[in-house]
Amino acid sequence: MRKSLKFLTLIVAATILSCGGNDKKEEPGYGKKTPAKTEKKTPASKRIELTNKGVGSIKSITLAAEIDQDMATHGKEVYDKMCTACHKVDKKFIGPAPTGILKRRSPEWVMNMILNPEGMVKEDPLAKDLLMEFNGAPMANQGLSEEDARAVLEYFRTLK
Amino acid sequence: MKKILTSTLAIVTVLAAFTSCNNSGNANGKSGALSSNVAEKVYVAPGEHDSHYAFISGGYSGNLTVYGLPSGRMFKEIPVFSQFATSGYGYSEETKPMLNTSHGFIPWGDSHHPDISQTKGEIDGRFIFINENNTPRIAKIDLKTFETTEIIEVPNSAGNHSSSFVTENTEYVVAGTRFSVPIPQRDMPIKDYKGNFQGALSFISVAPETGNMDIKFQVLMPGFNYDLSHPGRGKSHGWFFFTTYNTEEASTLLEVNASQNDKDFIAAVNWKKIEEYVNNGGGKMMPADYAHNVYDEHTHTATSTMKKEVRVVNPTDVPGAVYFLPTPKSPHGCDVDPSGEYIVGNGKLSANLTVHSFTKMLAAIENKKFDGEAYGIPILKFEDVLAGSVEQPGLGPLHTEFDGQGNAYTTFFISSEVVKWKLGTWEVIDRKPTYYSVGHLTIPGGNSGKPQGKYMFAMNKITKDRYLPTGPEMEHSAQLYDISGEKMELLLDFPTHGEPHYAAAMRADLIKERSQKIYNLEDNEHPYAAFNDADTKVVRKGNEVHIYMTTIRSHFSPDNIEGIKVGDKVYFHVTNLEQDFDVPHGFAVLGQNTSELLIMPGQTKTSIWEPTKVGVWPFYCTDFCSALHQEMQGYIRVSAANSSTPMKWSMGEDIE
Repeated sequence: MRKSLKFLTLIVAATILSCGGNDKKEEPGYGKKTPAKTEKKTPASKRIELTNKGVGSIKSITLAAEIDQDMATHGKEVYDKMCTACHKVDKKFIGPAPTGILKRRSPEWVMNMILNPEGMVKEDPLAKDLLMEFNGAPMANQGLSEEDARAVLEYFRTLK
Repeated sequence: MKKILTSTLAIVTVLAAFTSCNNSGNANGKSGALSSNVAEKVYVAPGEHDSHYAFISGGYSGNLTVYGLPSGRMFKEIPVFSQFATSGYGYSEETKPMLNTSHGFIPWGDSHHPDISQTKGEIDGRFIFINENNTPRIAKIDLKTFETTEIIEVPNSAGNHSSSFVTENTEYVVAGTRFSVPIPQRDMPIKDYKGNFQGALSFISVAPETGNMDIKFQVLMPGFNYDLSHPGRGKSHGWFFFTTYNTEEASTLLEVNASQNDKDFIAAVNWKKIEEYVNNGGGKMMPADYAHNVYDEHTHTATSTMKKEVRVVNPTDVPGAVYFLPTPKSPHGCDVDPSGEYIVGNGKLSANLTVHSFTKMLAAIENKKFDGEAYGIPILKFEDVLAGSVEQPGLGPLHTEFDGQGNAYTTFFISSEVVKWKLGTWEVIDRKPTYYSVGHLTIPGGNSGKPQGKYMFAMNKITKDRYLPTGPEMEHSAQLYDISGEKMELLLDFPTHGEPHYAAAMRADLIKERSQKIYNLEDNEHPYAAFNDADTKVVRKGNEVHIYMTTIRSHFSPDNIEGIKVGDKVYFHVTNLEQDFDVPHGFAVLGQNTSELLIMPGQTKTSIWEPTKVGVWPFYCTDFCSALHQEMQGYIRVSAANSSTPMKWSMGEDIE
């Protein structure tokens, strides 16, 4: 299983690489400090796709008008424990920052990305593009329960 | 000219190939439809699962290997008594205590007889026990994680061979001594063996819920060699049977001197009676030194405790506890049929197989029909306890297993065969050759009231010409037979790792459903675990440096470390933050005088590094973990012992 996942990731990566042949590549600065990157197209992380629900078991989430503070507090605990190795709250790290995520993504998409990262990377075009944007680092499946994933989503609502 | 020659040669070659194909097809019927039928019986299509697990002892590898049946594919080597550089078992700080003994740290063992735990006489698949022969120990492997979780040393024992067999509710795992020794050990002339040495039979209790082992009592028997054993079951539950040899009590040239007596004994031990005696305060505590090593799956750490005394019982103090059943010629295997009525003693040097009757044994005891005694233990009359014998079935009988259909299967070492015979009528039904010199054999569900039939496999001591040669040393061979019909059918040869001494096997369903996929981070109570970046740190205590490190695809945190000095003892405490099945990370640092670590999801493991050279040294993940595995690396800077480089660590930014 692990092997096939790895290979799949490689194949997906290779396919996307070979298709996106138009990007001009920076001359790498060997032996110098890494130069700042300049991006021309809108990267996947900045795209706004509020109607895309993603791929997975979460079909419909209704957010109450008010944030449920208890749930958000629990969500922060889960997030700090399970997610911070790759996601800093307000800066790009191994993966994107969750601050303001609900301005760009639907609640269902966020939860499906947490609960079904393998399926998302295979079948959701946005998740595929994100994988490429983030250097092929796959989102880890941290085995969250649906309840915990929902709590993390509630916590994300507080990050504006 | 050259062309003509070449093409002629080609035609001849093609013709020859066709001809030879036809010949071999007709000659021996080994290829074609027949062999493909056999192939189908062992073929497990890619992605499909085998129907049975086989746990094959590694013998002198000290470990236990896991195979699938009927495919013969090896799935895992479980380190038990030997250091295992592949995962860091016996090298990591957490697992070193597992190999501690009263003789200090021992990196190797000789594992022999695995046996699976039982409930109500049926295999339950919770634990598997295995004995270490050389420095007597019993290990327990948890079949939820397939990891060794407990090892107990057995004092007063030497050559822990008639072990580790469990009673029908796993009340006890039993360990008998092959070599008798002075008890307690003392400085004495070897020639004074006779009458002075003793053999300890140890009854190790297994706690019903946790499986925790504890030596409940040891029966101190006369100085014979206790070779193999099996529990009574069903009607004979509460008894345990041990074969003995060297009842001559020789201490030299045993191949001659231990083969003098016409009959040795099977010792029948009524452990229920002794248990009752002990529960009422019987026996006495004697000073002893033995290690009890327990792995805690929450702290992911083993602790070794030295025990200081053990309860011993003199069998003559418990009337009715032990009897001797005369059995011809140095019996080896001691096997009890599924009903508990028949006790088979395979006399290594005997022409016939001897089968004793439990019912007749009880009657003879009842009627006090004794034929003398040995060291105060009553000897029953051979004729009074004999159920029957299988006449001249083969040469060098060793071990017997049962199919639950009234048949027994015995291995013959010298004549290299397995013989199927019928319980009760003692007639030989079938015999099949093995290649070569078979030792043990296993039927799934063996040593239980309900064998699971279908397959039997023989574990052979000699392999020559069965596989592609690999120099003078090669793996041993196991051979799988279909025993669902009247006649046995050889299906498959498969190589085994180490010495396939004995095996336990069972249907896969019970174990497979319970097999654990990850360790929950929530349950991780390792004192040096780090769960997020806030926990990662480097702490100096004198010249000890503790690095609290995390891993997740695909980086270490921290991955830049400075302030280490030559002469420091650096502890890398690595926590794998993954919570997904089959995403271990590895850890190794250049110049480290120990093995790598393989850290399972949710686990923390520790590796020590004592740098001897100034420099900037890389460490990296050794287990291919993702498309960015090659990026999973870090640097640690080592400064001179007298330097004042400040202690710093970081990840994702320059270390300033």
